[in-house]
Amino acid sequence: MRILVVEDDLEAQRYLVNGLKEAGHVVDDAADGDVGLTLALSRPYDVAIIDRMLPKMDGLHVVGEMREHGNAVPVLFLSALSEVDDRVKGLKAGGDDYLTKPYAFVELLARIDALMRRRSPASVRTRLQVGDLELDLLTRAATRADQTIDLQPREFRLLEYLMRHAGQVVTRTMLLESVWEYHFDPQTNVIDVHISRLRAKIDKGFETPLLHTVRGAGYMIRARN
Amino acid sequence: MHATRRWIPGVLRTQAFRILLVYLIVFAISAAALVAFSYWNTRRALDAQTDQTIEAEIVGLSEQYQRLGVGGLVDVIISRSAHGTQGLYLLTDSAGHLLAGNLDAWPKIKLQSSRFVEFDYQRRFDSQTENRRARGRVFLLPGGLRLLVARDVHERYETGRLFTTTLPWTVALMILLGFIGGTLVSRNMLARLDTINRTSQDIMRGDLSRRVPVLKAGDEFDTLAENLNRMLDQNERLMRGMREVTDSVAHDLRSPLNRLRNRLESALAHATNGERAVAELESAVEETDGLIATFNALLLIAEAESGVAREAMAPITLAPIVEGVAELYAPLAEEKGLTLGIEPGGTVPIEGNRSLITQALANLVDNAIKYTPDGGRITLAATQTPDGALLSVSDSGPGIPETDRARVLDRFVRLDTSRNSPGTGLGLSLVAAVAKLHNATFDLASNAPGLKASLLFPPSRRRPQATS
Repeated sequence: MRILVVEDDLEAQRYLVNGLKEAGHVVDDAADGDVGLTLALSRPYDVAIIDRMLPKMDGLHVVGEMREHGNAVPVLFLSALSEVDDRVKGLKAGGDDYLTKPYAFVELLARIDALMRRRSPASVRTRLQVGDLELDLLTRAATRADQTIDLQPREFRLLEYLMRHAGQVVTRTMLLESVWEYHFDPQTNVIDVHISRLRAKIDKGFETPLLHTVRGAGYMIRARN
Repeated sequence: MHATRRWIPGVLRTQAFRILLVYLIVFAISAAALVAFSYWNTRRALDAQTDQTIEAEIVGLSEQYQRLGVGGLVDVIISRSAHGTQGLYLLTDSAGHLLAGNLDAWPKIKLQSSRFVEFDYQRRFDSQTENRRARGRVFLLPGGLRLLVARDVHERYETGRLFTTTLPWTVALMILLGFIGGTLVSRNMLARLDTINRTSQDIMRGDLSRRVPVLKAGDEFDTLAENLNRMLDQNERLMRGMREVTDSVAHDLRSPLNRLRNRLESALAHATNGERAVAELESAVEETDGLIATFNALLLIAEAESGVAREAMAPITLAPIVEGVAELYAPLAEEKGLTLGIEPGGTVPIEGNRSLITQALANLVDNAIKYTPDGGRITLAATQTPDGALLSVSDSGPGIPETDRARVLDRFVRLDTSRNSPGTGLGLSLVAAVAKLHNATFDLASNAPGLKASLLFPPSRRRPQATS
């Protein structure tokens, strides 16, 4: 995948670029808004990672210009501004996701994966399947090996999100933001309890577990180890 | 421009003085015009009266002449001259010889009949002569006789003269007094502004404890001083809060940073021992996450306390917030063997910041779950009371001893009994900050047994008032 990184903190940029290259991506970098915008408009990218505050042209402006030129590349904002207000501004300007510094690299990778997945022509899917676990989005029914699983509405949304990102790491923050729409870190990890309940419903009594904990990162649903 | 301006004393440049001066000039002009007009009118009326009397006398005398001839006329004039002091008469023949009358000679006037004229004459009185003013008319009788009939109008004349000479002085005096008054008023104003300026300069120099003196006169300067002082109080509070944050950060972020450093050093030392190094690095990452959480909480508290988040205030309802938080925490509570319930209430609309209130409530529930032993009960409630909207979290845990209740709201304070539970120690500080942002009261009370933490949002959106 081709990724554009626009970040003026050179240390952070080097770290980001190296990390992304190690994860197998092709990366271009820019240190200010002008160069970033030129690159974004002249080369095809799958994802752009753009810092909110940049020299010459700030991040919001860069994305605004990109969108004005009909460029629809998914954008992940990186920012030291963490207020809900700033997040809203970022998303309104045309950003697709917003990550506050300091961040965990796994969190960034997970979000980039999610953005790229979103971009692939996902067509309107009415059924999601991972191994023998199936989710019917129309009838809101979950079955595993033809056994019906009884899910609460929130559990259904949680499972749906995990299955839409099957094979990808999904972090606790991503779940809290997407499934509960909360943008804060609870003192206790409430998400873990929700996951373990879900796990009890979908994995208990089956030979192969589908819902896995990824240490230091989050969770992943997938058919095989 | 500036050089000349510096010569004008400060008082003359005040707005109050300028306004006063303009009013004064307008007032002086209109007052003078009014007085002059009424004087002129009065004088006209008095003159008309005098003229009428003289006219009547002339008619009377000319009748006497027609009936009794020169001799009769002379007799009448002599008798009238002697009679009153008001009437003045002079009768001469065609050659100008005096025939009768109480005037010595023709006054120096143009002797035209049919026109009233004013002239000066001399009056003898107790061997003294004085110049007096008279008003009269000359009448030509058949046979070349000339008759002057006049009346003494000296009093009126004197009054008028007095008037015209004193009027400019009065106006001048009025302007002078106004000038002095304006100066005094402006100086008073300037003095009070000066105290405000001096206070602000002192504060800018670093003495934050200075306040503008309030004179208790209840005037606009007092209102200004009170508002300024309130603003200064707020600034000082913010500064103090900032210093507290800095102190807390220094105190409570240094130790985790130190631990982090130790871990990294240890990992470096054991770089050859892969397993040990990985374990140390993993703890280091965990330590960093803890640091980030503390840091975020501090920022959020600062944001709530500074009032920046007031911009994000909107009409919201508490019920959905309570339901959402209860739903998020229900599995956690259940796992600990606790019952988490919602006490039924209305929708409870308030003006507030949804995100911050949600987080404050989550912190309270988090705490309640952490400290309530197995089999306990936690109840969330949002109700409308006469005192405002009440948001509360009650538990059946050990509660907080009354003596410690105020202390737990301080940053990083964790009662010794809870040292080993996870958390930043900032949970309740954030709740307190959110309460302050909303002008709400945050109260920790006994739930007998247990703790009841409640936020009382004042009714309606009463703004912090500017004046009382």
